[in-house]
Amino acid sequence: MGSSQSAQEEQEYRALAERTGFSLDQIRNLHKRFKHLSHDEETLRKEDFDEISDLTPNPIRSQIIDAFFDKRNFGGNEVGRVQEIGFREFLTVMSHFRPLRQNLTEEGIERIRREKLRFLFNMHDKDSDGTITLDEYRSVVEELLSSSAAIEIETATAIADAAMLEVASVTVGEMAPGQVYEGITFEHFLEILKGVEIEAKMHVRFLNVDTTTVRCGKL
Amino acid sequence: MGFLSSVKPVCIVLISFAVLALLSFGANAEDSPKPTTTKPPAKPTEHGPIYTAPPQPLPEPEKSYLPLFTLNYPRVQIPFEITLWVLLASFAKIGFHVYHKITIWVPETCLLISIGLIVGAIMHSVHEQPPAVLTSSVFFLYMLPPIVLDSAYFMPTQPFFENVGTVLWFSIVGTLWNSIGVGICLYGVCQIPALGVQDINLQENLLFASIISAVDPVAVLAVFEDVNINEQLYIVAFGESLFNDAVTVVLYNLFNHVAELPVVDAADVFLGVLRFFLVGLGGMLFGLVFGFVAAFTTRFTRKVREIEPLFIFMYSYLAYLLAELLSISSIMAIVTCALTMKYYVEENVSQRSCTTIRHVIKMLGTVSETLIFFFLGVVTITTDHEWNWGYILFTILFAQIWRGLGIVVLTQIINPFRTIPFNFKDQFGLSYGGLRGAITFALAYTLPNTIIRKKLFITATIAIIIFTVFIQGISIRPIIELMNVRKTNWKLGTINVEIHTRLMEHITAGVEDLCGQWSHHSLKDKFMRFNNRFIRKILIRDNRPESSIVALYKKLELQNAMEVLDTISGDISAAPSLISMHEEKASNKSSFKPKRTFLASDLTAMHEILSKNMYKIRERTMSYTNKHTLPNDSRAREILVRRHTSIRRSLRARSFQGSESARSQKYFSLPLGQSLDTGYATESIRLNADGDPALELHNRSVRPKPRPRSKQPRFSTTRARLDPLQELHSTVNMEDEVRAEESSHRPSRQSSSSSNSRSRAPLQRHSSLGTPSVGEDDPEGDEQQLESPPPAWTPEPPDRGSGGPRNPLLRRAQWKPQDK
Repeated sequence: MGSSQSAQEEQEYRALAERTGFSLDQIRNLHKRFKHLSHDEETLRKEDFDEISDLTPNPIRSQIIDAFFDKRNFGGNEVGRVQEIGFREFLTVMSHFRPLRQNLTEEGIERIRREKLRFLFNMHDKDSDGTITLDEYRSVVEELLSSSAAIEIETATAIADAAMLEVASVTVGEMAPGQVYEGITFEHFLEILKGVEIEAKMHVRFLNVDTTTVRCGKL
Repeated sequence: MGFLSSVKPVCIVLISFAVLALLSFGANAEDSPKPTTTKPPAKPTEHGPIYTAPPQPLPEPEKSYLPLFTLNYPRVQIPFEITLWVLLASFAKIGFHVYHKITIWVPETCLLISIGLIVGAIMHSVHEQPPAVLTSSVFFLYMLPPIVLDSAYFMPTQPFFENVGTVLWFSIVGTLWNSIGVGICLYGVCQIPALGVQDINLQENLLFASIISAVDPVAVLAVFEDVNINEQLYIVAFGESLFNDAVTVVLYNLFNHVAELPVVDAADVFLGVLRFFLVGLGGMLFGLVFGFVAAFTTRFTRKVREIEPLFIFMYSYLAYLLAELLSISSIMAIVTCALTMKYYVEENVSQRSCTTIRHVIKMLGTVSETLIFFFLGVVTITTDHEWNWGYILFTILFAQIWRGLGIVVLTQIINPFRTIPFNFKDQFGLSYGGLRGAITFALAYTLPNTIIRKKLFITATIAIIIFTVFIQGISIRPIIELMNVRKTNWKLGTINVEIHTRLMEHITAGVEDLCGQWSHHSLKDKFMRFNNRFIRKILIRDNRPESSIVALYKKLELQNAMEVLDTISGDISAAPSLISMHEEKASNKSSFKPKRTFLASDLTAMHEILSKNMYKIRERTMSYTNKHTLPNDSRAREILVRRHTSIRRSLRARSFQGSESARSQKYFSLPLGQSLDTGYATESIRLNADGDPALELHNRSVRPKPRPRSKQPRFSTTRARLDPLQELHSTVNMEDEVRAEESSHRPSRQSSSSSNSRSRAPLQRHSSLGTPSVGEDDPEGDEQQLESPPPAWTPEPPDRGSGGPRNPLLRRAQWKPQDK
């Protein structure tokens, strides 16, 4: 019985590996972590994330957690939020952080780049309307700067304004008097971050070896 | 430009040295004869009874005349010659940059060596020996520390720590690999009887190999920078050059010691390995301690700004010397010291000290390196060589082979651990960039004389340096460009990029925490937290953790202000208009746009930005620094200064008369806080007068329209975002300035000590605060008014309605000069 269960699990892992690009070991690891976070439940909820103590000081903690409950990040074309996620969703979101494999083609890199940027974009675009408005951008910058207490809200606002203006001037160019920049669309987003090697920066080295067991054993 | 500015101090220092040398020479020439002239009357009577025979002064009295002109060359010979050498080398550097195209294709080191060769040829033709200044102790105690400090201090910290594993791997293991591989191979070659070098034993071969395994890719780094090569490759090349100096010197000392031993057994080898690690780690520990102590010291140097930079040099040098005293790796010590203290020190010291530190470090490092290369050229010609075709060719061959092999093998090992693995092109760039440089030569030249084949080693070293520097150094640029090595766009100074870089860091750290993994990002995150919570509190005076985003933002704001200024004084028609983001949002539909009305306030705003930010901007987001030029912050400042000067000049020509102008300008350089205040008050009144309630004081912003002329993005400059007064109080720098100002104005002008700090940068301040007078002269702020000569600056200020808050200040401006 145990063997049949593990065989079934194995099959599931294989399917997930194909879907997300993780290796089996990595999936096994992440599943362990998932179980640990969810207290052996099938699904994860926001409260489970809140319990992670390492995450507490992260200035953009809520955004990161939100990203895990955003349907847009699950690969489908759905929009909206969910209350709890299963392992499959967890893994899908995680797969945005896979490092680049070697010998990828130019198009492959470009595709991954777009995916990663889309993830970032969705993070900013809270109301899923396809543009990052000034208010949305401001809240991002505010949260980002919230870790250093010395900075007032006004500074953050000013920086967000400046950043927004920068986007406007880079993408639209000279604006006619009275013209208003509505918000950053994904195309503009791509354009302003053109020079950043996002594919090289936004990644996590998922371990093949299990290091979490030590901690799990303690609990 | 940057180069010239770095050379200028060199020349000034050198010239002043030369003058000093001449002066002391003259003084001594006068001093020394004096005793002989005064002797005859007094001394003989005293010493007479004891010595009984001082007959010299009496018989020839005509010799004791005061000589009008004497030469005392031996007395000044050494410093004199050194000075001339430095001067000559510096002139050579200027010379290269006169014709700029040369340095693009031919690395500077090549040119320096060539000049050295020419000078050597001249010296050789007149049978003059090069001065014997480059001895082992001179090199290790005086020339090496500046070079290493230079590279360490200008190491881009963040990418370095991101790649620290690879850097250490390549520099430590790579150097060991090279030394041992080349050494053993050369030893094998030595056994061939035809070469006639059978007397070189294994130890000496290893020693020699360790010397030539130190790569020094100065030239390559410059090329890498120019072609925007990817960050990882650059930093690995940079870091490798830094740390393998340390490894090489340790190996050098080790093998130097071993070479003197008659027999080497297993215990010696074991102890040698043990010592290797002890020396390296000990040096690192020393450096850490001294780095923190240095940072801690600068916490208290607020009152002694003038010697602030000294602490940095003294502490690093002390770390170096103490490490040398204990025979642990002194290079490791100074490198770690520089890396540790840099971040904290630059926040503690004033902006000017910071600039001074950078300039002096860069200057000393450049001088040292230049001298060595120059000397290399001279030595190549003037000394007798022991030319052994076989040995030298094999040296070059093995050095290349082992370098290439080493890189390939070591990359295969390190690649699985890297997130961005090195591909074949990167590996080629790395191994082809393995030039040998100054340190290699100096190490060979300072070999102890007990080595029988020292001459051969020097010759071989020179051969390999010249081979690599000339052939590889010149060809690497075309090859890199041809191969199309992966590139990164480094200089992305946009605020969006900065925001997103930080954002990504936090996200990755967060996701790593989510996975319960500890790796680079989350470790860094934890370190930063620890750093902010504890280390900074101890080491930094005003502990206000500032995000790099804010730092960049301030920098860009300053840049923007400068451009606005540029526009105003340049073509006035392109003057930017004022519109706030907020307002734009609020009045979404109404096509309201105040275009020209706010020009004067625009100027005031600009002035305010400038005065606010001038002493605030710290280049924490430092751009990559060329090894031979200083970071670019000087450029911006220069523009600023120049711009201000020109404006002031035009003002002076137009509106001020005679001595009045000087005085009123002095006033404008006076109270920083007040002028900010005034700017504020004037501003608000003017706006109210314009009857525009939509513009609230706290969320107004200057918004220059994107001009087609410059493609640089513009930034809104909201007035209230960084409350100027608060900034003023929280910033010690500014406070100091103000205090220095006031103290220099209230008491008499003669007190040079109080006006000391002011006189150091009078230009900048003058001008920065001289700016508002543009706006004050014509409060209506029309373009014509700037063109036409504004109303003359009469003693009685015109009592305009809008100029209310300015009046008391103006009045003070008049009686202040009379006061003194």
